Amino acid sequence: MEIVRKAQAGTMQSSDLMVFLEPAPQLRVEIDSTVKKQFEHLIRRQVETVLERFSITNGFIRVSDRGALDYAIAARLETGLFRACADQGELS
Amino acid sequence: MVTNNLGRQLPETFFGKKVQPYQDPYSHKPVGNHATRPLRRHNPGDNKLLRGLREAIEASGLKSGMCIATHHHLRNGDALLNLVIREIDNLGLRDIRIASSSVHPVHAELIPYIQKGVISGFECGVNGLIGEMVSRGELNCPIIVRTHGGRARSLITGEVVVDVAFIAAPSCDSYGNMNGFFGPSACGSLGYAFTDAQYARQVIAVTDNLTPAPLTPVSISQSLVDYVVEVNSLGDPRKIVSTTTQITRDPVGLQIARYAAQVIDASGLLRDGFSFQTGAGGISLAVAEQVRRMMSQARIKGSFGCGGITGYFVDMLEEGLFRTLFDVQCFDLKAVESIGRNLNHQEMSADTYANPFNAGAMVNLLDCVILGATEIDVNFNVNVNTESNGYLLHNTGGHSDAAAGAKLSIITAPLLRGRLPIIRDTVTTVTTPGRTIDVIVTERGIAVNDHQQELKQELIRRKIPVRDIHELRAEACRITGEPRPVEFTDDVVALIEYRDGTIIDAVRKVKE
Repeated sequence: MEIVRKAQAGTMQSSDLMVFLEPAPQLRVEIDSTVKKQFEHLIRRQVETVLERFSITNGFIRVSDRGALDYAIAARLETGLFRACADQGELS
Repeated sequence: MVTNNLGRQLPETFFGKKVQPYQDPYSHKPVGNHATRPLRRHNPGDNKLLRGLREAIEASGLKSGMCIATHHHLRNGDALLNLVIREIDNLGLRDIRIASSSVHPVHAELIPYIQKGVISGFECGVNGLIGEMVSRGELNCPIIVRTHGGRARSLITGEVVVDVAFIAAPSCDSYGNMNGFFGPSACGSLGYAFTDAQYARQVIAVTDNLTPAPLTPVSISQSLVDYVVEVNSLGDPRKIVSTTTQITRDPVGLQIARYAAQVIDASGLLRDGFSFQTGAGGISLAVAEQVRRMMSQARIKGSFGCGGITGYFVDMLEEGLFRTLFDVQCFDLKAVESIGRNLNHQEMSADTYANPFNAGAMVNLLDCVILGATEIDVNFNVNVNTESNGYLLHNTGGHSDAAAGAKLSIITAPLLRGRLPIIRDTVTTVTTPGRTIDVIVTERGIAVNDHQQELKQELIRRKIPVRDIHELRAEACRITGEPRPVEFTDDVVALIEYRDGTIIDAVRKVKE
């Protein structure tokens, strides 16, 4: 899948996160989190796992996390990708 | 470097003061007498009422290098400490230490005065930005965090000498009689200020509600007060209440409260004469609500409610569920309104509340206390001072005092806060030793400390979900993932003093 338009998913509530996506020539992931010191490595790993699963190779993905657990990160990123990518039908 | 009995590494001295390592909650007892201060002589006709704060500071003889105090009953609505420091700066004084009963986010206004050298240290814990900046190494200003009982103790033993106490007095007469019950800045109990009035070398009453002498009723007497000054406003009592002082609606919090109530029920302490303390947090109040229901249903007549008092405790008093309330600090305006009206809602000094070195503090008579936690370790040690990011953000309050005094100390906390697991192998900072904690209640189960075997068996018999604390820790980390430890430098920026004056932990600068 390819990110072709700007999109976002999530909320800024505690234990949730916002994901912002936009097209970019390379793949870049930026993570901001209230628990960045303790969990940046795990948040990044989860984001990368999802991106790999959808074969995302370029785009700028910004995560603004408020202490979400892994399943919430996956869900919000998947929704964001669904909104940002061209071939929405293939998402399953 | 020295190591205390909990294995925490401490510096040998901290800004010139020798560090005495914590050993255990009950045995340390210094030899000595109460601190003293100079005698006074006031003759008939002598005037105490001065024109303003500046004149009072000059009259008190405050000099650079000295120590001042205020009380925090107006909490985040306090205007006095900021006002006093501005005047002190105007007078050109420097190197002033602050030994207030607490410092709140509203006092972030002091930061420029720390940078300027007007303020050189805190003999008390701090809430908010000052602690965070000190933790980052952005402010150079040593902090010694004390419990409410420990602060009273430090003044009474003379470990901390307050040169000038500025007491915000919501009602005050021109001869220094005061109470906190009435007036535009009414805050209720003046519990923390009693010790200041008795032990500070000079005492200045500051009021925005000057009444004809003699004021009635008198909480702090004219015989302890040197000067009286009027200001426009002491602050905003509506900001006494933080947003948390309501019963939680969060299902996780309510589940914790239900379990905590079941623990109290199983403890056998809930009978006629029951005494109880909670904080003002949403879960604590939900537990209080459950206890209130159990007491009403079983027609139990409790003896007293204690500590910071909320409207929920006032209701329980008025419903006859407690004979009396001992109030060191009103946590909401309903409590403020009650203390001026209810004969059995009694004002209590911080000394009477929680000082370990008097002839018996009120916490010693407590059956049960509900407390919170930022982190808990597998040895039941509790942290309420630093956040998991390492920043010093909270004062201790009466946490360690009530835990040491009560027969049953219950910590209520969610197993996870956001992504942070609350039960850890080690806590970032030890505030309250595990030996004084009996039960940890989370939404996923209850951990009982080893010294409470009988209670543990009773809980199991009642099919209440008792879990090993290591198991709870593992479950939390399975959900969150293993957090990376926060890294610290060797620079000690604050000490956490236990209530008896020994040092239970040190706070180090965070490696950014």
